[in-house]
Amino acid sequence: MRASIVVSGLAAVVMAVLLLASPGQAGAVSRGEMLSASCAGCHGTDGHSPGSIPDISGKSAEFISTSLLEFKSGQRPSTVMGRQAKGYSDEEIQLIAEYFGGRQ
Amino acid sequence: MVGAAGAASSLLGWPAITLAGKAGGRVVIVGGGFGGASCAKYLRRLAPGLEVTLIERDSQFITCPFSNAVLGGLYDMDYITHGYDAMKNSHGVKVVHDSATGIDPAAKTVSLAGGSSLPYDRLVVSPGIDIQWGAVEGYDQAASEVMPHAWKAGPQTLLLRKQLQAMPDGGVVIVAPPRNPFRCPPGPYERVSLIAHYLQQSKPKSKILIYDAKDKFSKQPLFQQGWQALYPGMIEWISESDGGAIEGVDAGKMTVYPTFGDPVKADVINLIPPQKAGAIAHAAGLTGDGAWCPVNQRTFESAVHKDIHVIGDAVIANPMPKSGFAASSQGKVCAAAVVASLEGQEMPDPSYVNTCYSLLAPDYGISVAAVYRMGENGIEAVQGAGGVSPKDAPDSFRREEARYTVGWYQSITSDVWG
Repeated sequence: MRASIVVSGLAAVVMAVLLLASPGQAGAVSRGEMLSASCAGCHGTDGHSPGSIPDISGKSAEFISTSLLEFKSGQRPSTVMGRQAKGYSDEEIQLIAEYFGGRQ
Repeated sequence: MVGAAGAASSLLGWPAITLAGKAGGRVVIVGGGFGGASCAKYLRRLAPGLEVTLIERDSQFITCPFSNAVLGGLYDMDYITHGYDAMKNSHGVKVVHDSATGIDPAAKTVSLAGGSSLPYDRLVVSPGIDIQWGAVEGYDQAASEVMPHAWKAGPQTLLLRKQLQAMPDGGVVIVAPPRNPFRCPPGPYERVSLIAHYLQQSKPKSKILIYDAKDKFSKQPLFQQGWQALYPGMIEWISESDGGAIEGVDAGKMTVYPTFGDPVKADVINLIPPQKAGAIAHAAGLTGDGAWCPVNQRTFESAVHKDIHVIGDAVIANPMPKSGFAASSQGKVCAAAVVASLEGQEMPDPSYVNTCYSLLAPDYGISVAAVYRMGENGIEAVQGAGGVSPKDAPDSFRREEARYTVGWYQSITSDVWG
């Protein structure tokens, strides 16, 4: 009885270390997260906007990427978003969209 | 038998040792403004196992952004005052209300005025600015009680507001902005705009003279177009080439001495003097030989002391301006760098941003934006992006940007202190 608890305890330690050491865990900062942090300055943390700036929390990745690409091309008019979106490559826009979309 | 999953979840309660990769994972942050508070919150978001301590002298933070709106009578001081409850309760940051008096980079400790000493694995210093007393002859701390700079928000803001309220109709206000670099490049001109808004409503015969130590300023064509439309005849700008730089003041006589021409007496004088990094940065040697702190612009690690990072107005980060927005952006990049460093991992390529909104009137706003990346030689603005609001935009555009100016302030303060 005691031996099996020790063995399962050891297995748990090994599993915990393996889980925590793997990439993508809390602490490893992705490029998508780095890029998306810039949005919070106007849209609020995680896109939760308390005021007049559009709330972008809980939006799908497709919503975010379509919006940013349309602002970037000028297809959708804007006061400031065109100037912002032009600052990111299409690939970076995808990473931002996936980061926000993944936080629904 | 004990389920492996159950045992694993209780072992996951050892965050500090495993997630940070080494014993401790203690980060201390000096300064609870836009830079320091953003860094503290985002450190905890990125690595919940880190022990993060924020040292901030004041129990509440009063923002310079939107202090111009208080001067113009649009909002009161409560609107620009923010507390640390969310920092403590929602984000698990230890907040210590005390002043940092010294840093020992070898022992890795910060000394506080109250007598204690805090050890750190990594230190982030975000001290804002201090005034260069005496850089304008005669402008010392006593003079600032008569000619407020109001370039650090709080009692100075209230003092200037009271002086404006006490001024009779037909009075003269002087606003004297400094040379670059200084905190908030468009700030003095937004201030002129909102003082003009107040004067137009309450004391319409009054005048504002801008004695500038520069020949051009941020968003200048937009400001000048707006002033002509909103406050015709009220505002005069005297450039450096026309002798506008203020060389000295006599506070007792409410008089300023410009480079050319006679001394000028005015009813209210807002002298915005040359600035430098906050005192703790100088005390700790983080400024090297200069007024501002040199850093690795990817990680914000000090060029002078290892394991100490500096962010915000105190840093040399051109082309990023010295602004609250930029400080918050740098705080987040710094958080990623610190977490990566503690975990022995690579940080992602940094991404930085700044957007400065200025209110010329409650329904007239303008903006300047830039997105930055790390280039070969340091931070660089992304070409083809950013820029200022269009020059000949319709009233509806200015109204929408004014709405977004207020919305921006609500969003950023919730992102930083909420």
